[in-house]
Amino acid sequence: MTSPVRATAEQPAAGAPAAGPPARPSAGPWRRALGRLRHNRSAMIAGAGLLLIVLACVLAPVYANAIAHTDPFTSNASGTVVVNGERVPVLAQSTEGLGLGVTPVGPTWDPGNYFLGADNQGRDVMARLLYGGRNSLLIGLSSAVVCCALATVLGVLAGYFGGWIDAVLSRFFDVIWAFPVYLLAICLSVVLLTSGLHLGPIHIDAGSLALPVVIIALIYVPYVARPLRGQVMALRNKEFLHAAVGLGASDLRIMRREVLPNVLPTVVVFLPLMTALNMLTESALSFLSVGVQSPDASWGTIINDGLALLYTRPAITIAAGLCVGLTAVALNVLGDGVRDALDPNARLRGGA
Amino acid sequence: MKRITAIAGAALLAVGVAACSGGGGAATSGTDTAGQPAQTASAAGFQEQHKGGTLRLLAKSGDGTLDPHINYSNGNWQVFQALYDGLVSFRKVGGNTSYDIVPDLAEEMPQVSADGKTYTFKLRKDVKFTTGEPVTVDDVVASFQRIFRVSGPTSGTFYSGIVGAADCVKKPAGCTLDKGVVADAAAGTVTVNLVAADSEFLQKLALPHAAVLPKGTPDKDQGTTPIPGTGPYKVESYNPNKQMKLVRNPNFTEWSRDAQPQGYPDEIDYNYGLTPEAAVTAVQNGQADWIFDPLPADRLTEIGTTYAEQAHVNPLAAFWYIPVNVNLAPFDKPEAREALQWAFDKNALVKMFGGANVAQPACTILPPAFPGHADVCDFPQQDLAKAKDLVQKSGTSGQEVSVVVSDDDVSKQIGEYVRSTLEQIGYQAKLKVISTNIHFTYIQNTKNKVQLSVSQWYADYPAASNFINVLLSCASFREGSDASINISGFCDKDVDAKIAEAMKLDQSDTAAAGKVWGELDRELMKRGPIVPLFNPKQIDFVSKNVGNYQFHAQFHALLDQMWVK
Repeated sequence: MTSPVRATAEQPAAGAPAAGPPARPSAGPWRRALGRLRHNRSAMIAGAGLLLIVLACVLAPVYANAIAHTDPFTSNASGTVVVNGERVPVLAQSTEGLGLGVTPVGPTWDPGNYFLGADNQGRDVMARLLYGGRNSLLIGLSSAVVCCALATVLGVLAGYFGGWIDAVLSRFFDVIWAFPVYLLAICLSVVLLTSGLHLGPIHIDAGSLALPVVIIALIYVPYVARPLRGQVMALRNKEFLHAAVGLGASDLRIMRREVLPNVLPTVVVFLPLMTALNMLTESALSFLSVGVQSPDASWGTIINDGLALLYTRPAITIAAGLCVGLTAVALNVLGDGVRDALDPNARLRGGA
Repeated sequence: MKRITAIAGAALLAVGVAACSGGGGAATSGTDTAGQPAQTASAAGFQEQHKGGTLRLLAKSGDGTLDPHINYSNGNWQVFQALYDGLVSFRKVGGNTSYDIVPDLAEEMPQVSADGKTYTFKLRKDVKFTTGEPVTVDDVVASFQRIFRVSGPTSGTFYSGIVGAADCVKKPAGCTLDKGVVADAAAGTVTVNLVAADSEFLQKLALPHAAVLPKGTPDKDQGTTPIPGTGPYKVESYNPNKQMKLVRNPNFTEWSRDAQPQGYPDEIDYNYGLTPEAAVTAVQNGQADWIFDPLPADRLTEIGTTYAEQAHVNPLAAFWYIPVNVNLAPFDKPEAREALQWAFDKNALVKMFGGANVAQPACTILPPAFPGHADVCDFPQQDLAKAKDLVQKSGTSGQEVSVVVSDDDVSKQIGEYVRSTLEQIGYQAKLKVISTNIHFTYIQNTKNKVQLSVSQWYADYPAASNFINVLLSCASFREGSDASINISGFCDKDVDAKIAEAMKLDQSDTAAAGKVWGELDRELMKRGPIVPLFNPKQIDFVSKNVGNYQFHAQFHALLDQMWVK
């Protein structure tokens, strides 16, 4: 799933005029973009689907408390449940043959009662799926925001100042880029998950959700910062920038008032795409037990839980996998729409 | 001192599920622990018509070095049964009598002096190594020296009672044991002198760590290079990532059916690399004959029904338990520890391991039918209200507790259940999952401040001391060390005195000793340094071709006794 974003990442870098010459001082470009987005049917459908998923996940506590009446974070290994008018154990011991193995109750398709069945701990999979979605989306989105913010700062600094600042930052990007993404993420996670992160005034406890956010944000910084740096370097030679320098504006002011507004559309294009990518990374890490930590759930951990039950209760893995897949597709389609809306040149190039 | 996350250990009971008795006549009678010569009626005898063919075994990966003095893992210990011999051996049959000690390279059981400190073994004359060289008393002496010269994992524990062993542990290189192990070439005898009587000495000699190897064997780990042995098979090639291939030892003639019976297959191919999932499918399709790894949980139902005749379930002398750190808050308070004994529903834990036919809830430290096991249960079932109450009383309610578990599926499940239950009785519980590779040493080291963890213990040999003395005596608690198997950090002078008393009594009166161990077990349960969870069982899944499956209590399935023809 890396390739589509990499491709987009490289496009604006290749020919910097992505943002075009600065338009008249008005809210025009953004409003026009929004208009274009609104007329993009696939993007709107994807957006609506995404909204639905987000809404369902946000309402997870409501589902757990009012509909399913269950606590998805407490083991219910010795509990019982009524299925088809019959009281059965949530985790049923096999009784045939040698009586080996235990199978959790399967999907009942009754929203108030183990809709998607139970996991190995006897917990309601549907409720966990919704809570897991909250974490997956939260981590995906917040790490994308952190990543883009950090990348914007570094990319603009490197592109604007050039020289040794650029050299140092670029080599730093190269080093991170040189690592396979998952390898780096797993290494960081394994180290940080046991001890927590203690960097100067920043203290993040092991097991905190902030850890995967920080880790995922960090590893993707070069993927966003590199193209931004290229774009800023191209902007540096534009007349309006020379004019600002001539007027005696400070570096900080130029970066904030002249450079930033011109690269912002690219950053906005990156946001949904990075959210999708980060969510997938989060799921992968959680699946490998180096992301979200128990008892918190994420779609990745639920897939992992379901893996041990793949032969007997495939619904768990399939449901969580579908959620990850659908959300990633929706985010990517929406992201494409946003790019088309903000950056028509990119589409032209793509078409040519 | 044995720990294997995969299934390891030993079993006593021959609780046979009807479909599981894979055949094989059980020998009768046996030895007592003082080591009197065994009166044996031979097993069913070798059945010529089943001889031949290739037995195909599967495991996820190889199980380490081929050096029997060094390897301390169950996978290769099982293979070593067909490769190496010691002076004595556990009887190689399935069922009740497999814990009996029988003479192996020794002609008969040793002469033991009245004070129990001197063992004299008379060596058999006709046994040869795979090289064709005969086994001599010099080989035996050299092998004892080598245990220390290679700093074997149990040299400082099992064999530390030999005269001169203490120096050898400190200075392995020049180890001679000249007063401890004395050979008399003319008489063909080897005499072993102990510092003090040891009722478990013969059992320790029956383990692969005391195997007899040729005297020229280099004093370092031989890794994947096969060392000549005396068993019915020899290693032709070994690549821990690919395959171990065993073929018949041309210089082997059966000298004792009890100690080292000849095997059935002409060749044994142990292939590595398939996941347990794929291995199960391979055995179902008849492409392989046996799987080493624990079977995947979601295949158990299928194996227990469709393939019930190919599955063998046997109890193990082992338990899964929670070591409770008695030196750290909140479990430095006795009430808090008692709360833990009431807190867990052990049937729920059993379900996480695969159900009631795969494990049995544990209520004592010593497994059922193990020497010293007392059939009492002071904490018969879960009582959350009582546990909560005790937590309140101890004044530790609301404190933070973390549970450290390894990252295999079952441990994670159990850890999550334990965490959830701790929350219910009033703690703020966290689960800490760490890699299986470091988990066992991590939880032992007091520097890591582990409050609770989930661990397993498998008996090295059938003796109560192998649980209670090893897991809960002051001697096995070493602060700040990775090798502090008393994970609870429990050290009590009175308990230590009682352990010493029971071990002493074991030398003269095993029944009386058993009673003392039982009382000790009960008292320790009340003190709460350990919360036993369940006693696991071993499930072996074999192909349709396999006959004569025999489950040895110490080394599990006797691989070379399975026939495929």
